Amino acid sequence: MVNKIKNLEDLRKIKDSCGDLTSTRSATEKTIVVGMGTCGIAAGAREIMNEIMKELQKRGIKDVSVQTTGCIGMCQKEPLVDVIISGKERITYGNVSREDVQRIIAEHVVNGRIVEDLAVGRAD
Amino acid sequence: MPIYRSHVLICGGTGCVSSGSNEVMEAFKKELSEKGLDKEILVVPTGCHGMCEMGPIVVIYPEGTFYCRVKAEDVKEIAEEHLYKGRIVERLLYKGDEVPHIPNYKEIPFYGKQERVALSNCGYINPDNIEEYIARDGYAGLAKALTELKPEDVVEEMKTSGLRGRGGGGFPTGLKWSFCARSKGDHKYIICNADEGDPGAFMDRSILEGDPHTVLEGMAIGAYAMGACEGYIYCRAEYPLAIKRLKNAIKQAEEYGLLGENIMGTDFSLTLHVKEGAGAFVCGEETALMASIEGHRGMPRPRPPFPANKGLWGKPTNINNVETWANVPHIMRRGGSWFASMGTEKSKGTKVFALTGKVNHTGLVEVPMGITLREIVYDIGGGILGGKKFKAVQIGGPSGGCLTEEHLDIPVSYESLAAVGAIMGSGGLVVMDEDNCMVDVAKFFLEFTQRESCGKCTPCREGTKKMLDLLTKMTEGKAEEGDIDKLEYLAKMVQETSLCGLGQTAPNPVLTTIRYCRDEYEAHVRDKRCPAGACAALVKYTIDPEKCIGCTKCARVCPVGAISGEVKKPHVIDQKVCIKCGNCEETCPVQAISHS
Repeated sequence: MVNKIKNLEDLRKIKDSCGDLTSTRSATEKTIVVGMGTCGIAAGAREIMNEIMKELQKRGIKDVSVQTTGCIGMCQKEPLVDVIISGKERITYGNVSREDVQRIIAEHVVNGRIVEDLAVGRAD
Repeated sequence: MPIYRSHVLICGGTGCVSSGSNEVMEAFKKELSEKGLDKEILVVPTGCHGMCEMGPIVVIYPEGTFYCRVKAEDVKEIAEEHLYKGRIVERLLYKGDEVPHIPNYKEIPFYGKQERVALSNCGYINPDNIEEYIARDGYAGLAKALTELKPEDVVEEMKTSGLRGRGGGGFPTGLKWSFCARSKGDHKYIICNADEGDPGAFMDRSILEGDPHTVLEGMAIGAYAMGACEGYIYCRAEYPLAIKRLKNAIKQAEEYGLLGENIMGTDFSLTLHVKEGAGAFVCGEETALMASIEGHRGMPRPRPPFPANKGLWGKPTNINNVETWANVPHIMRRGGSWFASMGTEKSKGTKVFALTGKVNHTGLVEVPMGITLREIVYDIGGGILGGKKFKAVQIGGPSGGCLTEEHLDIPVSYESLAAVGAIMGSGGLVVMDEDNCMVDVAKFFLEFTQRESCGKCTPCREGTKKMLDLLTKMTEGKAEEGDIDKLEYLAKMVQETSLCGLGQTAPNPVLTTIRYCRDEYEAHVRDKRCPAGACAALVKYTIDPEKCIGCTKCARVCPVGAISGEVKKPHVIDQKVCIKCGNCEETCPVQAISHS
């Protein structure tokens, strides 16, 4: 049984808590892309993906879109994770470990500071 | 609430369900759980995307990838390639005319010129989940009305918006509301007319199936503005999915305190019921509709008294169509002047059309008023099927008119369509090409209205019957000189003297086709000839003895044995036996057979 909406505030609360129901369907400023080619999967990209989802869930981050992509050619550096923030350069992180995921999300995705020691590529 | 990285939206409109979207949905659920992806990818059933011919449609977010004609067998590949590895399955993408594959929803030309207001949530949210509706600002319009505005302010806002009745009449909604609001009565009713009955039209059904809450919210706002406490949604029983979703939506809204007693903690209360109609076309007429709700036979009565004064069970009542109600929450939330900024001077906002017939892309489209028919037929509809020549467009269904090439550039608005003898109607748009016979088309629509005439008034009951007799004579080559004038005279009489909208508009297809395609009528009457080759009784198949090589193929496919001739010698068709099926013409390897 749900609580009845008694005023504007109640409606707003429900709207906020439901916001992420449809937010995946609208354009976001931030995107994380995980390489899921055969090379990526072999190097453990699935675990990295799980870690990313867990971290976003833990921090309650809803304005980031998470996508997968095929092999981009740097197979020796897999797992590869790209962070794209609109208007900024696209950063590729290589040999990403589960511990690195926390740093990338905390420093780059949330605070906008590139994790220099993990970055292996940049593009506009 | 868990976060999902990807949403798989599967169309659950009637069109896609009938082409197998339920099986696709089950396949996705099974596949994702087998791959362990069900915790990160959400499967969402949605309402209609409009492009029904391409169904079942699957849209994957965040990318917005649009997959067409997806079968259950394709699901494994989409899950493995797209959802797991991030590789788009190209073979299932929409194929454009110039661009080979268009991955993104918004880049498909069909959606390019559309402006979605009433349909904004259709195909985007799960219609069975009120929380998704609230997440998209749902019920914020009602909240604004209840907490910030007096009922008369709401009526004023509606007047500012310039919204007019979308069921076909085009009466200004704000003005209509003001009549009912002023009317004295202790118990007032509001009604949603969902008795959509035009052949080929499915605008209202799609809104009810895809976004039922927008209609409920619109009705609640209207009830507050007019002081109504009870309402009915009159929906035909042959829309089972719409009824199911409506009932579920009402239940959810009641649980959330958005319908029922003391809505959102205020003094305002509203109870809504769904009334299933048996599907008579005449019940779309407001007085017949109310009679049907009361349990009487669905027949219209003369007005006045108007429903605003004496409606359902003699109480003040306001009736609006589904699409009209669906626009109300948007107007409340974004303001009347926002709505009035779209469209033409006297026709504001957008209109939903069901585009069908001989166009490349059929489906549901919502366009700003003032767009030209040419843009709808060519830019959105993608032009005529098979590269044939455009002949006419029937706008407004059986109550509307047929417009030809010369009208393609008129803007779509209530006034401009009425000026050429058509009506906006509820939104049926049937495109016809050179193979369609206009006499036959007029006959088709008249057959419908004649059958649906309730029989209460003589002009409609007898007049449409006599008109149909005349048209049948024409299509069978039995018409006499003067029959066209007789038909026109009768049509005008029925138009002027019928009791309700059904009879008053039934002659429109006949009158417009006579007006714009009189030569085709004359060919039927004088020369007993059908220029389009559509009227079977007037078609004559002949074999050109010069071209015939005597291969006997035609004689073998003729189902009635009307073709005779010796091998390697010219064959002949016995006209008395021929049933004009056209098999022979299709089979002939040297194009020796033609019809006229």
